[in-house]
Amino acid sequence: MKEYWQEELETMKRPDLEKLQVERLKKTVELAMNSPFYGNIFKERKITPESIKSLEDLQRFPFTVKDDLRSHYPFGLSSVPLEKVVRLHSSSGTTGNPTVILHTQKDLDEWANQVARCMYMVGVRNTDVFQNTSGYGMFTGGLGFQYGAERLGALTVPAAAGNSRRQIKFIMDFGTTAVHAIPSYATRLAEVFMEMGIDPRKDTKLKTMFIGAEPHSEEQRKRIEQLFGVKAYNSFGMSEMNGPGVAFECKEQNGLHIWEDYVIVEIVNPVTLEPVKDGEIGEMVLTTINREAMPLFRYRTRDLTCIIPGDCPCGRTHRRIARIKGRSDDMMIVKGVNIFPIQIEKILMNFKELGMNYLITIETIENNDEMLVEVELGDTVRVDDYALLQNLTKAITHQLKDEILLTPKVKLVERGTLPQSDGKAVRVKDLRKNH
Amino acid sequence: MKINQISVFLENKFGRLNEILAILSEENIKIVAATVADTSEYGILRLLTSDQQRAYSLLKGSNVSANLSEVIAIAIEPCIGSFSSAVSYFTKAGIDIEYMYCFSLNGKAMLVLRTNNIAAAYDVIRKNNMNYMKEEDMMGL
Repeated sequence: MKEYWQEELETMKRPDLEKLQVERLKKTVELAMNSPFYGNIFKERKITPESIKSLEDLQRFPFTVKDDLRSHYPFGLSSVPLEKVVRLHSSSGTTGNPTVILHTQKDLDEWANQVARCMYMVGVRNTDVFQNTSGYGMFTGGLGFQYGAERLGALTVPAAAGNSRRQIKFIMDFGTTAVHAIPSYATRLAEVFMEMGIDPRKDTKLKTMFIGAEPHSEEQRKRIEQLFGVKAYNSFGMSEMNGPGVAFECKEQNGLHIWEDYVIVEIVNPVTLEPVKDGEIGEMVLTTINREAMPLFRYRTRDLTCIIPGDCPCGRTHRRIARIKGRSDDMMIVKGVNIFPIQIEKILMNFKELGMNYLITIETIENNDEMLVEVELGDTVRVDDYALLQNLTKAITHQLKDEILLTPKVKLVERGTLPQSDGKAVRVKDLRKNH
Repeated sequence: MKINQISVFLENKFGRLNEILAILSEENIKIVAATVADTSEYGILRLLTSDQQRAYSLLKGSNVSANLSEVIAIAIEPCIGSFSSAVSYFTKAGIDIEYMYCFSLNGKAMLVLRTNNIAAAYDVIRKNNMNYMKEEDMMGL
């Protein structure tokens, strides 16, 4: 049985892939000249399809941000006449105008192909029964997975969100083998399985789970895998980039292949907007090169990640991004230094003596910004050893200083005294007056 | 002959010591010996009680940062020079003492000491015929 959904595209040599990107970028520019928004920008910057010779030319494009989508709501970024548009998805407008993404029939076909490629990559075949627990409607996780799974040929169950007992009945009755769920819902589903006295590991045919649309840790993934006896794959999508399908994990479960025949990926420092090196965390910036109705150039996703250096053993040449590390909006500026909570978390989690919970407090003391990092002790640390605790504090301070370039005050605290690690815990308290 | 000492990590917060001790007194556990080492950030409370295992599980159950560590408790006569000679035996044997505290019990002075080489410390105790306390001995106190 073949390994790849589209072997030629998925394993294309890098120079060929980059050539394809340039070609597609040119085509996309040609289309976007018709959009009121990009039309003006291209005129000002003298960007034409002919002027694009290599991927370097992307640097001539300005960044596009979510506010651009909001202020040109609903159709200001459309590159095609509306009679060619067959669908739109809209994100909720909790903070101002909602945003809209438009699709031609070809866009929908390409999107379905992209999702099918992701699902095929981890072993889903037309013999599988795929159940989608996403909300349908405007939320892209519903229809996105639906069309992708159908394209692949799987028997697709649009169970939609909620009603766990009904979900479980479907899983049992239809012999569901693959499920898409947000991680917190997967955990909930496992509880209901147990309440019903059904062991999902033995009593179902489940073997694959797509988890995404919600940040989750490696520990959460492992827990879901154990609860269900499945392989769970990190599945990344975002509504501005269609929805699911942007970057999924392969069977290696070590980074998410971002489909570079669909997007051009850049990782930039969110402050200077200069590119960062592979392996370094920055904000992901994406340019669509396979979308007609509404291309986006250098779209700032606000998601923090890094390119994982090196080749993937699976043979795919499309680069891998790491699990999303947070949002660039979380950035703190302390004494002129830009700091992300994730940098601090990464250091703290490396100390086996520490627990999972921490709190960063920034306050002005005598006109100076000071950072306090409180972290809970782990369960096994020898608390009677004064020297060990002192050295531990010193070591944490030292490593944090190396990472964030300023010296925080580190305080060890008792277990259970800080906000819990799961969910959207408050990690940063900024007590400075002008913040 | 080893004794499991309970060590508790205490944040410098008003009333915290009181909370910890209340957990034990409510369960009728007697404090045999206690000492607090403190820094500006936190304190370390070290405890010997009438029931170490139960006290430890009570504290753990209340989500207190605590652990058990092996210490030795030696009985010495309450007279001039006895403390000095007891310590000298360990020094001569090249044994490091990490920390130490004392309490009095039935007219004797008790030395509680922590070393990183407990086996060697016991050799010293045996060779010099020193009296020591076992964990069971605390149960009846």
